[in-house]
Amino acid sequence: MSDIKYILGHFADPDDLMHGIDKLQEGNVSIYDVFTPMPIHGIEDKLGIKRSRLPIVAFCFGALGTVLAFSMMYYMLVQDWPMNIGGKPAFAFPDFIPVMFEVTVLLCAFGMVGTYFFVNHLFPGRAPRVMDLRATNDRFVVAIDAEANPYPDKIDNILKEAGAIEIKHNERKFLSYE
Amino acid sequence: MSSHHESILREPLVTGRNITYAKVTEDILVPVENKPNKAWWIGFTIAALGALLWLVSVSYTFWFGIGTWGLNKTVGWAWDITGFVWWVGIGHAGTLISAVLLLFRQNWRNSINRSAEAMTIFAVICAATYIVAHMGRPWLAYWALPLPNQFGSLWVNFNSPLVWDVFAISTYFSVSLVFWYTGLLPDIATIRDRATGLRRRIYSVLSFGWNGSVKTWQRFEIVSLVLAGISTPLVLSVHTIVSMDFATSVVPGWHTTIFPPYFVAGAIFSGFAMVQTLLLITRKVMNFENYITMFHIESMNKIIILTGSIVGVAYLTELFIAWYSGAEYEQYAFLNRVSGPYWWAYWTMMTCNVISPQLFWFKKIRTSVALSWILSIVVNIGMWFERFVIIVTSLHRDYLPSSWVMFYPSVIDVCIFIGSIGVFFTLFLLFLRVLPAIAMAEVKLLLKSSSDQAKQKLIKENAVNKEQAEFYKESLNKYDHVQENEYAKL
Repeated sequence: MSDIKYILGHFADPDDLMHGIDKLQEGNVSIYDVFTPMPIHGIEDKLGIKRSRLPIVAFCFGALGTVLAFSMMYYMLVQDWPMNIGGKPAFAFPDFIPVMFEVTVLLCAFGMVGTYFFVNHLFPGRAPRVMDLRATNDRFVVAIDAEANPYPDKIDNILKEAGAIEIKHNERKFLSYE
Repeated sequence: MSSHHESILREPLVTGRNITYAKVTEDILVPVENKPNKAWWIGFTIAALGALLWLVSVSYTFWFGIGTWGLNKTVGWAWDITGFVWWVGIGHAGTLISAVLLLFRQNWRNSINRSAEAMTIFAVICAATYIVAHMGRPWLAYWALPLPNQFGSLWVNFNSPLVWDVFAISTYFSVSLVFWYTGLLPDIATIRDRATGLRRRIYSVLSFGWNGSVKTWQRFEIVSLVLAGISTPLVLSVHTIVSMDFATSVVPGWHTTIFPPYFVAGAIFSGFAMVQTLLLITRKVMNFENYITMFHIESMNKIIILTGSIVGVAYLTELFIAWYSGAEYEQYAFLNRVSGPYWWAYWTMMTCNVISPQLFWFKKIRTSVALSWILSIVVNIGMWFERFVIIVTSLHRDYLPSSWVMFYPSVIDVCIFIGSIGVFFTLFLLFLRVLPAIAMAEVKLLLKSSSDQAKQKLIKENAVNKEQAEFYKESLNKYDHVQENEYAKL
């Protein structure tokens, strides 16, 4: 018994999963994480996960892009090498807008996605921290830390009653891919 | 989710019986997890031969120079830019489907966005090859970038739309790629977790270690939404800037303020036609009829009528404004377009883009797979001619009648064009082979709310009133893969 590290409850349906989470929380069982093949709306509130701050990151990177593009063009066309094109002013702001816009979008997208990959530890070659192979296919998996909740029978009963179709007691946290 | 209830029972987005989450995975991964069938090999061989033709003709151009093309002193821009604008335009539908339809919460996009985005990326690659090829000295392509240099630091001219275009196209390509790849991560993880051996290793690297935890999904949804939000103005800006390559010049026929919206509508129009061309075949060959349903086909045809009509109004507005401007050059440019030596190109464009898409007002036609496919090809042809007409007829008779000429494409011109289609299809067929052509995670989202079986269940439980159930059953008549007798017992 003491070898069990994680208890996984498999649900076949997202609504059953939500029901299961409710039941576990009623039984004061803390949930380690939930792995699903698709996003489940409303699950963050249930698990008390805070709103993502990525939009703020996106805005900051976008604003940085605007500033960078403007300063680049101002430096190049006005400061460093002003050109006389038919006597028109070197500082032609309306002409700067398209490039400012493009660089804003570029930095916003790359900055935000880069931050997303960074905070979630997503990068090519990263060993997948997967607890169950079917969680990316057709199972909605609740993972419970067995050491923090040392009453496996109670957890099994709650999961079973809530409609879990399979319950696993894992001695290793993550699956090895080899 | 199941908490989502519709005020009326709408047409299903996923058909078929006993569709479970596992079945979605199975069905969509058939082409990825098995050896390709004969149809794929035939298509791939033809496409690869086309790509080879492209390689040979572009190499020939680089070796001997732009003189191998049919250009002359008057018409210095023709076939290459036609091809470039055509491909960029085709790319726009992918972003429209993935970004604009996401913002509008059009759930039917979920099963077509993946392949449409792939199409965008491959189309922009084809467009980029034209830019590089038409430079003549492609090894100096970096001159278009604002890099410090030894010419006294002579910077690029940011007042020129051509420089804007460099920024627009490269931003568009890279942002589309990021959007597409981020969306692919959960599906690549699905393939990874089902594979073994070397395949698992490869897909493991490609999956970036995706595990589908709550926080990953939560951030994933935010990233998708913000990317959609910034891609929407981006896609509009790209074709606006492409149109400004022409509109900011002083050439009659190009110098018009209507160009940006007219080009954007045309781009979406041609892009949806290309999506239709590709998906109708993919659907058939890959047996995706349950996921890409008649509802999807009809919806796309409706967008084709809308954008085709916008383009038609733009053509007529151009003619009217040319007459109304009172400017002789302008008036002649358009008279020449309609009735000059290139009249056949103009009328091909008019027929293919304005007249034939109007056939989609007939429900029989827009819900027929064969006719939709034929008309989508017709639109592709028409949109190619649109760019040809705008570019060549505006240039070939310039201000000096002594330098009036005709443009005739050389063999190399034609080979590069056919070759670029080969490159496009080679990339697309490889994509179908190694990555899921339908976003599995997003289709799974629809299963409980928008699938036919979920709605049938509602009807069986008498959860909806009789009239709505009748209406729903009638709406299924147009679906080519739903057996009506199954509904008799409802």
